[in-house]
Amino acid sequence: MLLIHCPYCEEARPEVEFAYGGEAHIARPVDPSTYSDEQWEEFLYIRSNPRGRHHERWRHSHGCGRFFNAVRDTVTDVFETTYKAGEARK
Amino acid sequence: MKRFSGFNLIGEAFRSHQGWPEHWPDKAPKASYDAIIVGAGGHGLGAAYYLAKKYGITNVAVIEKGWLGGGNTGRNTTIIRSNYLYDESAHLYDHAVKLWDGLSQELNYNIMYSKRGVLMLAHNVHDVQSFKRHIHANRLNGVDNEWLTPEECKAYCPPLDISPRTRHPVLGGALQRRGGTARHDSVAWGYARAASALGVDIIQNCAVTGIRRGADGAIEGVETERGFIASRRVGVSAAGSTSLVMKMAGLDFPLESYPLQALVSEPVKPIFPCVVMSNTVHAYMSQSDKGELVIGAGTDQYTSYSQRGAFHIVEHTLAAICEIFPIFTRMRMLRTWGGIVDVTPDRSPILGKTPVKGLYVNCGWGTGGFKATPGAGDLLAYTMAHDEPHKINAPYNLDRFRNGRLIDEAAAAAVAH
Amino acid sequence: MTGFRLADGGRIDRRTKRNFTFDGKARWGYAGDSLASALLAQGQMLFGRSFKYHRPRGILGAGVEEPNALVTVDRGPGRVTPNLRAPSVAIHDGLKAVSQNRFPTLKTDLIAVNNVLSAFFPAGFYNKTFMWPRAAWEKVYEPIIRRLAGLGDSPTTRDPDHYDATYAHCETLVVGAGPAGIAAALEAAATGGRVILIDEQEEIGGGALSDPAQWAWLAEASAKLAAMDNVTVLSRTTAIGHYHQNFVVAAERLTDHLAVNEAEGPREKLWRIRAGEVVLAMGAIERPLVFEGNDVPGVMLASAAKTFALRYGVAVGRKVVVMAVHDSGWRDALALHKAGVNIAAIVDLRRDVASDLIEGARDARIACYQGYAVTSISGGQAVKGVTIALAGFGKGQQLDCDAVLMAGGWTPTVHLWSHAKGTLRWDEAWGAFVPDKTHENLRCVGACAGAWSFGKGLPGGLLPAPKPLHESKAFVDFQNDVKARDIGLAVQEGFRSIEHIKRYTTNGMATDQGKTSNLNGLQIASGVLHRPVTEIGLTTFRPPYTPQSFGAILGHHKEALFQPLRKTVIDDWAASHGAVYENVAQWRRARFFPQGSEDMDAAVARECRTVRSAVGVFDASTLGKIEVVGSDAAEFLNRMYTNPWKSLEPGRCRYGLLLGEHGFIIDDGVSARLAPDRFHLTTTTGGAARVLNMMEDYLQTEWSDLDVWLTSTTEQWAVIAVQGPKARRVIEPLMEGIDLSPEAFPHMAVREGRICGVETRLFRVSFTGELGFEVNVPAEHGRMVWEAIWAEGQKHGAVAYGTETMHVLRAEKGFIIVGQDTDGTITPDDAGLGWAVGKKKPDFVGKRSLARPDIVAPGRKQLVGLLTDDPQAVLEEGAQIVADPNQPVPMTMLGHVTSSYHSATLGRSIAMALVAGGRDRMGETLHIPMPAGTISAKVVAPMFYDPEGSRLNG
Repeated sequence: MLLIHCPYCEEARPEVEFAYGGEAHIARPVDPSTYSDEQWEEFLYIRSNPRGRHHERWRHSHGCGRFFNAVRDTVTDVFETTYKAGEARK
Repeated sequence: MKRFSGFNLIGEAFRSHQGWPEHWPDKAPKASYDAIIVGAGGHGLGAAYYLAKKYGITNVAVIEKGWLGGGNTGRNTTIIRSNYLYDESAHLYDHAVKLWDGLSQELNYNIMYSKRGVLMLAHNVHDVQSFKRHIHANRLNGVDNEWLTPEECKAYCPPLDISPRTRHPVLGGALQRRGGTARHDSVAWGYARAASALGVDIIQNCAVTGIRRGADGAIEGVETERGFIASRRVGVSAAGSTSLVMKMAGLDFPLESYPLQALVSEPVKPIFPCVVMSNTVHAYMSQSDKGELVIGAGTDQYTSYSQRGAFHIVEHTLAAICEIFPIFTRMRMLRTWGGIVDVTPDRSPILGKTPVKGLYVNCGWGTGGFKATPGAGDLLAYTMAHDEPHKINAPYNLDRFRNGRLIDEAAAAAVAH
Repeated sequence: MTGFRLADGGRIDRRTKRNFTFDGKARWGYAGDSLASALLAQGQMLFGRSFKYHRPRGILGAGVEEPNALVTVDRGPGRVTPNLRAPSVAIHDGLKAVSQNRFPTLKTDLIAVNNVLSAFFPAGFYNKTFMWPRAAWEKVYEPIIRRLAGLGDSPTTRDPDHYDATYAHCETLVVGAGPAGIAAALEAAATGGRVILIDEQEEIGGGALSDPAQWAWLAEASAKLAAMDNVTVLSRTTAIGHYHQNFVVAAERLTDHLAVNEAEGPREKLWRIRAGEVVLAMGAIERPLVFEGNDVPGVMLASAAKTFALRYGVAVGRKVVVMAVHDSGWRDALALHKAGVNIAAIVDLRRDVASDLIEGARDARIACYQGYAVTSISGGQAVKGVTIALAGFGKGQQLDCDAVLMAGGWTPTVHLWSHAKGTLRWDEAWGAFVPDKTHENLRCVGACAGAWSFGKGLPGGLLPAPKPLHESKAFVDFQNDVKARDIGLAVQEGFRSIEHIKRYTTNGMATDQGKTSNLNGLQIASGVLHRPVTEIGLTTFRPPYTPQSFGAILGHHKEALFQPLRKTVIDDWAASHGAVYENVAQWRRARFFPQGSEDMDAAVARECRTVRSAVGVFDASTLGKIEVVGSDAAEFLNRMYTNPWKSLEPGRCRYGLLLGEHGFIIDDGVSARLAPDRFHLTTTTGGAARVLNMMEDYLQTEWSDLDVWLTSTTEQWAVIAVQGPKARRVIEPLMEGIDLSPEAFPHMAVREGRICGVETRLFRVSFTGELGFEVNVPAEHGRMVWEAIWAEGQKHGAVAYGTETMHVLRAEKGFIIVGQDTDGTITPDDAGLGWAVGKKKPDFVGKRSLARPDIVAPGRKQLVGLLTDDPQAVLEEGAQIVADPNQPVPMTMLGHVTSSYHSATLGRSIAMALVAGGRDRMGETLHIPMPAGTISAKVVAPMFYDPEGSRLNG
């Protein structure tokens, strides 16, 4: 069970309090109608799925309820950092 | 290849089995091949075998970064079934089930396919509706699947608790009698041995480090830890590592890799005669030939390549098992392990051509790839041999994520109300 | 008889006798004995039968490494546990232990014929045969293989015991309470932090328990630990696995060491421990030696014999030979000699042995054979003697003995280190892997760190032998009957990595998980391949460290506590009125209310008729509810839902359709605007949490500029639907402050007021097609208001109805149920809900996906109604629809029946279906082939009753 630092609660809490939210920094287009089918496919489905540093979203669903971002190594599962939604990619 | 038979086994017994040759010779890579398969799991080895056996392409190499069969082939719970809902899925998985039948004889390697029956339990009215839909669709597709009452479920699988005291009482079940299990390692070894005998080179401990494309964009071969190997046809069958290999070819894929755990109990004498699956309770179990209860656990929620999952997944899994089979609380968990499963957005595989000429892919089997092994191998081989997908795997293209023609079995079973 | 109780010594309580049975025969031991020591004391050498060849097997080790002596312990009905290791079973009065995997008895096992035929069953034999005739695999071969396999019998009845679980946190967790672990715990405790020290044995001490010289220190240290408030000591507790970020799972055995009538409380307790630092002090396990006959009962580890003598006061033989390749064998021999065990000889493959050891042996008058190896054992069910030969070759000489002790060197116990993904380094001197690097705050101390001096020795366990490897019967994995020759065969057949060799031979895959076999197997493979061990690899250690009961892992999560069952505040009323329930998501809902001998069909028909003709009351409290508040609330909903929300006036309701970004329907519900900045949303019963999470996601991460707050209110409101032409009359007398007249309160309106004196949000909505209201009241008043409405309803002939009637009534009106009439692949247009999609809206969640090529292509499945040619035939939900019932299998299926009922109102069956191009097929006859015959039905609009909607007006 991962131990995850919530940047809002400023506390490390067990994984069962959190819900994973998929890859981070995939912004929904302001006007999706301008997207081609290929661009829309990429937004919906294409994921980087790296071996190593992964930017991802978590929600402290059984805590403060906030979404935040994290950088985690997908080989060791070790978190490098977590940061608030809206902050620049780390 | 020395033929395997009871007769030869007895013969060899009298000379301490010194006459058995290598299952497959360990080959150094040649400069070029007519076809290369990346990934020596059951699917990749199967593809090599069928390329050589059915499609006449024998100058084939299977390249594996580790040891053959060391990935998800050797880490799954060995369930075989084909009672899928959609026509595309039913045809795909039933193609595999038809090949499973007789595979031991075809490969001259006992892969221990055991048609023990796969019983899927319904626990609420929605499950019943969903399973009936499957059963009727399967019947009209020629795939066996039948409805059992709770009492019939109990008779088929005596450890099952069908009493109303359980949190999710059993309302019935869908039984596919042709479903069952096979010995996972033997499948990889059997294909490797048979492919090798047909001239396929199996090259282990040789990670692919790059994919070379020509000026026209077409595949020219693969860079490996042991040098460049030329081929105009490369099939990637690398499960959890597919995203990484595809990136080498400049392709981003709709895949994510998740940890999936499984576990076995200590071996006991036969107690559990079939495979039982319960999607509502999240329990998947069979008993191996050796006597271990083989139990599938869930995926962790996050992507990972660590082959290691969290303990609360195991807690939930065993709670689910003992909810349906309360006699097993004193059984003991012997071994847990994790695999990396590659999951697509619709949880159906991608099996066919890619935008790169000469590059083919077989991936995205998620938690259910083992059952498809012979079919996936055959269809990847067909696609590589003809540069066109077979009609069975044609729907499993990449285009579906653009045009919206998804094949979403899990969504079809989704609960809402 | 071979073993016996020494005159003195050991930590057993010689004043307290314990009576137990083994295979039905009365036996006894002392308090403090293990099952193994008590039986050995009485001369029992034969403990079990091996997995494959059913060879007689005795004790190998004195701890968790034991592969052979597995027993079933029977503590009464439902309390039967197979495969327990005799050295780890504490005896108590009334203990019933039974041997396993033998037929009919342990001594005379007919299946041992396998042993005679073992030449035909080498590693991987089953891959090579049993293929012809084809049908025989399933009918003959496999059932036989299965019956021969397995060890003990599974439990067959429900376990009456219960299991506990807890969480714990500490600064330092020490795993293993031998001298190194105790020292680490004391050191950590001195800093004041919380310390947990756990150990798998009956008492702490580890190796010190077998060393009387350390007992005084041990007693002192134990007392010191016990006196410290910040230290928790858990014995009989096994750390089964290390998980991410120092999360260690341990299982404490609470009652199995007690007599059944003394056992109270939970049987085991699971500890989930999060530690700042984890110190592994798990010691090392001695390796057996691999030589012909090494599995005959009476051949065991030297360390085990030492433990039996010094901890339990039991000699394992009257005349004992030690076969060593390591100094520790000599030390153990001398310790045994000192304890009164007759050591006849020490055989060591090494010519050069430290002089102090040789002198010690000489002083003890023990014969020493340096440069010699045991080449065979005489005896079948017990050792009668050994043959030793110089360097393992030649004819050799016989030594009489009744026990042979093996000292093959030591393997650090790095299991938990490996669970944590710590790397290992090959240590040539140890002939074993030792811990190297880790990214966790984790360290090893003592023997498991490779830091304890056991002296020197040879790294490999395979002794030289006169016979070639392929003829030898030297065992590597005792339980799984893997011989050195099997490893040779695997290599010969092309298996080169240890993972392959392990899987092909099953070496290390038995219930001891290779604790004594992995390293020997690896080194034998290394020797056969002429390649260094590090190139052959290491098999991964996986949790659990020792087998762990399912019961402790699932803890309290069973039956009612498996998952919470959600009940509404009206549930009790329903129960007392005879409701039959169904589970929907986590809820249970009243499905119908049978009267007298009514079955479901009769009850539902009556309920439906009554609602249509008078009035019915329905508990709709499970509907998901979300309060959406803020100045941008309407803008937010406008972006989330397909239809427009900004134009909705306060006091009005609207049906909302929610798509995923993929364009498929995921939820729906009627929502009300209470004020310009306040909405009361409803969702499906199963979708509430999912929808709230999705809305939070968009609100927080995409549109964080919007002023909107979302609050789940599902359980805050009880919802009572009052439906039927007399609905107004039922609630009217109870209402205050709301004008119910049609003019003041039209369909799809909402009003706030009071009912029965409590606040209410009253919706005028209908899921039945009748005049209807949904009374929302604070949950704590739900039951009271329900009863008041019920009482009032009785004056008008009201029924209480359940979900089944609700389904029928809505189907008569063609209202969909998301998840039943849609399945996650259905767009609004597919479902005939195109009207609910705001055509002028520039964007909403899922809109872009609706323009994808396949979504706009013709031929998609569309929701239609079906009327069977035979009005009394009720289609089966899920039945498949075809155009040509006479086509061969596989048929072309056009779709399936999503909802189907007998409509009492219409006196005939009705159905809804998803059919390819369905709306273009109106009036067509389609066919539903069923096993009993094909049913034909006409495609119609999915609206069977009151298409004008006039009944909404009551």
